[in-house]
Amino acid sequence: MSELNEIMNPIKENICLPEFLVYERPDTLTEQEFHYCPGCGHSTVHKLLMEVVSEMGIVGDTIGVAPVGCSVFAYHYLGVDMQQAAHGRACAVATGIKRVMPEKIVFTYQGDGDLAAIGTAETVHAANRGENLLVIFINNGIYGMTSGQMAPTSLEGMVTTTSPYGRDVLTQGYPLKISELLAHLPGVYYVTRQAVNTAGNVRKTKKALQRGLEYQKKNLGFCLVEVVSNCPSNLKMTPLESNEFVANQMIPFYPLGDIKVPEVK
Amino acid sequence: MGDVKFMKGNEALSEAMIRAGCDAYFGYPITPQSEVLEYLAREATKRTGMVVLQAESEVSAINMIYGAAGCGKRVMTTSSSPGISLMQEGLSYIASAELPCLVANINRGGPGLGTIQPAQGDYFQSVKGGGHGDYHLVVLAPCSVQEMVDYVKLGFELADKYRTPVMILADGAIGQMMEKVELFPQMERVVTDYPWATTGRPAGKDRRYITSLHIQPEKMEEINHTLQAKYKVMQETEVRYQALHLDDAEYLMTGFGLAARICIKAMELGRAKGYKIGMIRPQTLFPFPTKIYAEVAPRIKGILDVEMNAGQMIEDVRLSVEGKTRVEFFGRMGGMIPSPDEILENFEKYFIKGS
Repeated sequence: MSELNEIMNPIKENICLPEFLVYERPDTLTEQEFHYCPGCGHSTVHKLLMEVVSEMGIVGDTIGVAPVGCSVFAYHYLGVDMQQAAHGRACAVATGIKRVMPEKIVFTYQGDGDLAAIGTAETVHAANRGENLLVIFINNGIYGMTSGQMAPTSLEGMVTTTSPYGRDVLTQGYPLKISELLAHLPGVYYVTRQAVNTAGNVRKTKKALQRGLEYQKKNLGFCLVEVVSNCPSNLKMTPLESNEFVANQMIPFYPLGDIKVPEVK
Repeated sequence: MGDVKFMKGNEALSEAMIRAGCDAYFGYPITPQSEVLEYLAREATKRTGMVVLQAESEVSAINMIYGAAGCGKRVMTTSSSPGISLMQEGLSYIASAELPCLVANINRGGPGLGTIQPAQGDYFQSVKGGGHGDYHLVVLAPCSVQEMVDYVKLGFELADKYRTPVMILADGAIGQMMEKVELFPQMERVVTDYPWATTGRPAGKDRRYITSLHIQPEKMEEINHTLQAKYKVMQETEVRYQALHLDDAEYLMTGFGLAARICIKAMELGRAKGYKIGMIRPQTLFPFPTKIYAEVAPRIKGILDVEMNAGQMIEDVRLSVEGKTRVEFFGRMGGMIPSPDEILENFEKYFIKGS
């Protein structure tokens, strides 16, 4: 055992040295510390998004819209020009931005309550007009900021503070697969559902974000990247347990993969 | 001199919007102002490249305004009473985030779905805040098609000057009636490089963000103080009103917009009968012309306030005169328009026969 420690300790010490780090903070992520709970998927998606923006060299050409919800303060972390929208109105605000600055790359960053409950009309009509936007949709099946109420995407039978006996679909409606719904619209160019619960999924999410932004560079239509995520605090789980919940409960209902991809001619 | 044309109020407003170099209009059809979107859809984009978009709702339209205004663009929306109610959330955000924009309300009869005829029941909503929180819109009240045009230009200037939402509070009659109007010449669409506008982070500089969220109460109070300071400057420098016969007036008639215009006729009829009636017509409802009422109040016998509502502006008139003169009210509601004769009858009832 002591022999092993002799080998491991220097590695542990050295692994944190900058020259051994594999990942770096992208320069487009601000110095502000995240307020997100430990293990929350928002932090991962923020980092991925800013990595992609940095790598594509579009920092000065990108304008983002923050929602109301846990990621309401996204503009404190994402180091691009940002607007904070009223609850559910991100796609309308983004439409206003994109229509007067069509040469810019515009994204919204929204949770399930913002996008699929209070903002459903704005989301559906922006998609139906084929607005050239990238919508990043974080689906964790629960209201985070207001502490654990039922979301439009909460699973059947899921216990939340407003469905304390489990979501009863007969009185509280069914979990809404809004990405599938939007994919039918002709103005929609690209819809995919990814997750950030495993290292492999994180890499796929990054690719999806990159794809969405590349499409917008060419103004090809409405793009939506759904990210199935976790909410350890409100699910009252450890981060690891919440990721298992994503894998075992969420993903079986919200299957990962591309829902609509451009036809190859 | 610009072009002189015979135009409908709503179309003149739309023409003025194009000529003022407006960058974008987002709106939703509602009677009695649907001509605005129709006129712009026909004329605007082909002439100036202006963005014209029919939104899916007034809720969406006002938030598109937020987004485009946040990019430093000159933007406008229009609606009528029920639609303006839907915009109140957005207007509160716009006022708090200090974004310039112009909104016209072609007021119709209410409450509820109400009626499509002209009314002035939205005074409180327009002048006292409307949405949540402590804020004001600059409120301009046109009484003619000419003022619809003039106030578009003025409204954009005030919006830019104070980084604030400005409202033109007209009514269904002014929107629908045709009058001779002088139009100002076409202005250039100007790209202004505002330091606060989100147009893409400039190289080597920090990013900009637009928000109305300040979770620390100390910071939120500071923002409130900034807004209130701005409103105070407006109250000192931006008050506009029309005054008639104040020199010999023993009585006043007062009102805004269409009601005021009818009052002018009633005043003339009264003066022909020997009553020394003057007139104050506020053109800015916020900031309200408090001082002129206060100045005149001690030397007159009474004021008849006439509105197409149950009596809303009268509260500001009474606050202005501070009890120094009698203030009586005559109003019609729900889309009914008062006639000069019935205004004069009410004037006589309160101040001649009853006194």
